[in-house]
Order: sequence, then structure tokens, then C-alpha cells
Amino acid sequence: MNLLSKKSYIAWYFVIPVVFIHLFVIGIPSILSLALCLTDWSGLGKINYVGFENFIELFDDRYFKKAIFHNILWTIIFLTVPVCIALMCAYLLTGIKRGQMFYRLAFFFPYMLASVVNCQIWKYLFHPIHGLGGFFESIGIEALASSPFTTKETSLYAAAFVDGWHFWGFLVVIYLTGMYQVDNHLYEAADIEGASKFQKFRYITLPMIRPIFIFSLMIIIIWSVPVFDYVYILTGGGPAYSSEVVANYLYTHAFVRFNVGYASAVGTLMFIYVIFIVGIFGLLRKLGWEI
Amino acid sequence: MLVSNFRRKEAIPNHFILILFALLAVLPILVLFFNSIKPFSEFGLNPLGPPSEIRLQNFPDAWIAGEYTKIFFNSAKLVFGSVLLCLAVSLLAGFSLAKLNPKGSTVIAIYLLVGISIPAQLYILPLFLLWKELSLLNTHVGLIIIYSALNAPFATFLIRSYMIRLPDELFDAAKLDGANTFQIFFRIALPLSWPVILTAGLIIGLAVWNEFLFALTFITDPNFKPMATILFSFQARFENNYALQSAAAIMMVAPIAVLFMLFQRRFISGLTSGGLKE
Repeated sequence: MNLLSKKSYIAWYFVIPVVFIHLFVIGIPSILSLALCLTDWSGLGKINYVGFENFIELFDDRYFKKAIFHNILWTIIFLTVPVCIALMCAYLLTGIKRGQMFYRLAFFFPYMLASVVNCQIWKYLFHPIHGLGGFFESIGIEALASSPFTTKETSLYAAAFVDGWHFWGFLVVIYLTGMYQVDNHLYEAADIEGASKFQKFRYITLPMIRPIFIFSLMIIIIWSVPVFDYVYILTGGGPAYSSEVVANYLYTHAFVRFNVGYASAVGTLMFIYVIFIVGIFGLLRKLGWEI
Repeated sequence: MLVSNFRRKEAIPNHFILILFALLAVLPILVLFFNSIKPFSEFGLNPLGPPSEIRLQNFPDAWIAGEYTKIFFNSAKLVFGSVLLCLAVSLLAGFSLAKLNPKGSTVIAIYLLVGISIPAQLYILPLFLLWKELSLLNTHVGLIIIYSALNAPFATFLIRSYMIRLPDELFDAAKLDGANTFQIFFRIALPLSWPVILTAGLIIGLAVWNEFLFALTFITDPNFKPMATILFSFQARFENNYALQSAAAIMMVAPIAVLFMLFQRRFISGLTSGGLKE
């Protein structure tokens, strides 16, 4: 239907506010950032064009490479652990009549909480004297004697664990929605054939929820790029850059050292990567994948 | 629905696994709650369990120590301001994209979709410098504008997908009666859309209440900080006073917990609608 056969410009009046506010806050600053990455600006004074020097410097930057590696690790962790747990829990939930709502609410609730709160909870639990460490000590088991957030070997995984703990319930709900759309006849047929629970999952559930599943993977890949809160609050990227991620690295350069050009270059790379990922998934869809 | 594909005897191990994960999700929050009503002196002996003596005084203590009367008001201002502004612009745009279909509206839709995927880190620094120029740093208005822009694409799509299902006959009839587009929007589209307005409002409010990165960057004056960043500095200030810290955290969780109990379905469907795409 067209409510405005005559005066179609009125339709634009309705869109202008959202476009204006979005351009003002996100669009224009993004374009500015894409331009500033070719300069050595420090936020004050003259802006010098330096070409791709920031990028050349970045590819030589040991800490930046470390941060990228950590983001890749982070992506891999999130693509496996929470996804597997969520798939399993969602699948088990579909076979349960009683208490379904209770489980769903319990799984989902941490997703509603602020990063600061979640971090505080786990900082306490992983505290060597209080929390779980103190508890284990009181029953005579030596575990978590030092906080995993301040240990070089574990800091990144500990931060990822807390973020994953708050995130996986979200995946359960998404997968559950997909699983409820599966035609029950398929399962009945499989039952007659004597298929096991795992076979039914592997050959019916997983293929049937593929669009949602693939979409969830894309979201995880994209959301793993700007990871900031959990790292900043729990470890600050430390100790000794052992949990540094790209967003935190950018934040330090932007707001502690005021390397506008350098930080913009990092932001530009993040943006290019995200657009690249979205492009790949778009291309796969065009090629006939059901995503 | 799928009950038939699990035999009865399988239900018990299923419940066992699910309960384990439910406990993993809920117990840490329960520990936080216990800690918020635990006397400070009890922490050394009893780090995880329920307190032997309930001390509600932790809450007023934290409230006073963190100057929460002011801080709570700051957060409330940000939440209400952002929800109102964001809903206003998103309702207009959602209505237009759903029912008016202006020429080239796909360009707008694509722009907003790209806008969702841009990492905040790309634009946060130029935005910061721009806000400095406009003297919007350390103001709530500045942060409200940012939050509205951040949440507007999501809200617009949510509202659009709802309004697109409203029957066209209603709009046609109003048009025949001589109503102009704005009247159609206010008299017909808005009253019919209250469910999606409520859902979108809750999700925007939750996002603003919990937001950390922008609050951290754009508000440095402690007098204007919202709950999230105050809690962060509170953790540093009272590093070893877990009773006080936990009480402060629970004060941030409580409103969300209450709203979640009242509107579970709305929260869940609203928050996952982005993941389930249009």
C-alpha cells in the first residue's frame, strides 16, 4: 500500500530524525575516523597527512599483533564452548515438559546483567583468599590459590570465561526458537527407524536449524571484534599484555596517549574486518546457502 | 512439542545436566546476593554460603558511601531520556519504513544495518572530540543523544517488523476519511503499537542502564556518572569491603530483576529478535 500516492516526500520527514541522529553520532565520526587514520594527529594542533604510515607501524607493533592473536583466540573460544553448551542445553530443553520456563529464565538471566556486575561477581569468586579459593582452602583442597585474572597464563581465558558465562544463555534461547520450528514428524520417523538421541540431533535438529545456527556464528564473529568491557574491567589487558585485546589497545592509544591517527588506524582495521565478515556471509547467502 | 522424542527414562539425566548448568548460571548471582546481606566480619569464615545473620544495613551504608541518591537519579535520567528520544525517532522511522515505503527506503535500511555492525571503537574517538567541541562532555544530554543513536537502528527494525503486520485496511480507511499522514501515525499506528513500544522501551532502557564504554568515556565528573561506572570506581575504592561492594551491585541488579520477572517474555523476545533477524 502506498499511503502517499501524491506527496511522497512526507514519508521522508518520518525518517529524517533517525538518519540525522545516527549520522551525527555514528556516521560522520566513522567517516572522520576513516580519514584520520591517514594522519598523525594528536587531538590538538596541526593535522599532518602521513599516508599509510600508521598501518605500516601497526603491522610492526608487537603488542598490536598480540592483541589480534588474542581476539582470534577469543573468537575461537566463543565459537566452540558456548555454542556447544547452548546447543546441548537447548536440545535437552526441547525434550522437557516441566520446568522449561524455569531453565530458560535461569540461563538467560546473566545476559541481562551489566558487565560491571558480572565482573564483580567473578572477581570475588576467583579471589584467592575470599570466594572459591577461600572455600576450597577451608575444605582442604588447594585450588584457585591465585586469581586467574592476575596470572599471565590464564588471564585471557578467565576474562573470556566470564563473558561467555554471561552470554551463552542468549544462544540457548536463539537455538531453542529454531528447534521448535522443526517438524515433529521427522523425529517420529527417526524413532521408528530406531535412531539414537545423538543421531536425531546430528541428522535432523542440526540441519534443520542451520540458518539460525550459521547466523549465530556470524554474530559471534562480529561481536568478538569490539570485546572491551570484560577485559578492561577484569584484567585491563594485563598482566604484561597477556590479555590485551584490540579494543582495549585502541582505547589506551585513544584516551590515554591521545594518538588519534594511530587509534583511528586500529578502528579502521576493525571496521574493514567486520564488513569483510558480513560480506562473506552475504555472499554465501547469495550463493544459495540457507543463512 | 518435541516431547515424544525423549523417552521417559531419559528425562532424569536430562534434568540432571540442565540443573547443573542452571546452577552455574544462578549460583554466582546468589553468592552476590548473600554477600550483600552478610556482615563484613563474616567474610573470612564463610565466603560463599548464606549469612548466619542478615545485615540489611549494608544497603544504606553503600547508598551513603556511593552517594547513590544522586547516582540513581543520574541513571534514571539517562534511561528515561534515551528511551523517550530513541523511541520517538525510531517510531517515526519504523512507521515510514513499514507503511509509507518512501522511494529509496532500502538505502536507509541498509545504512542502519551497516550502522549496527560498525564497532564502536571506530567512531568513539572522533565522537569524543566532537562532543568536546560542542561542550557535551560530562552532560547527560550528550550521553542521551549517543544512546539514542546507538539503539535507534535496532528499535527502528523492531518497530518496523511489528507495524508491517498491522492491517492496511485501517490505514486506507483513515486516509479515505481525510486524515493526513501525521494523524494516521498518531491516531492509528501509535495506539496499535503499544506492545512493541513496551518491548523496545524495555530493551533500550536495559541497554542504557547497563552501558559501560560510553559512560566511562564521556562522563568523567563523578557527579554525573551513572550506576555502571560508579560501581566500577566503587569496586576500586572499597576493594576489600565485599559487603559494601555487593550491596552496591545488588542495587544495580534489583530493578532489572524486578522488571525481568514482570516482563520475561518481552525481554527475551526483544533481546533475541536481533539475533533472529527480520
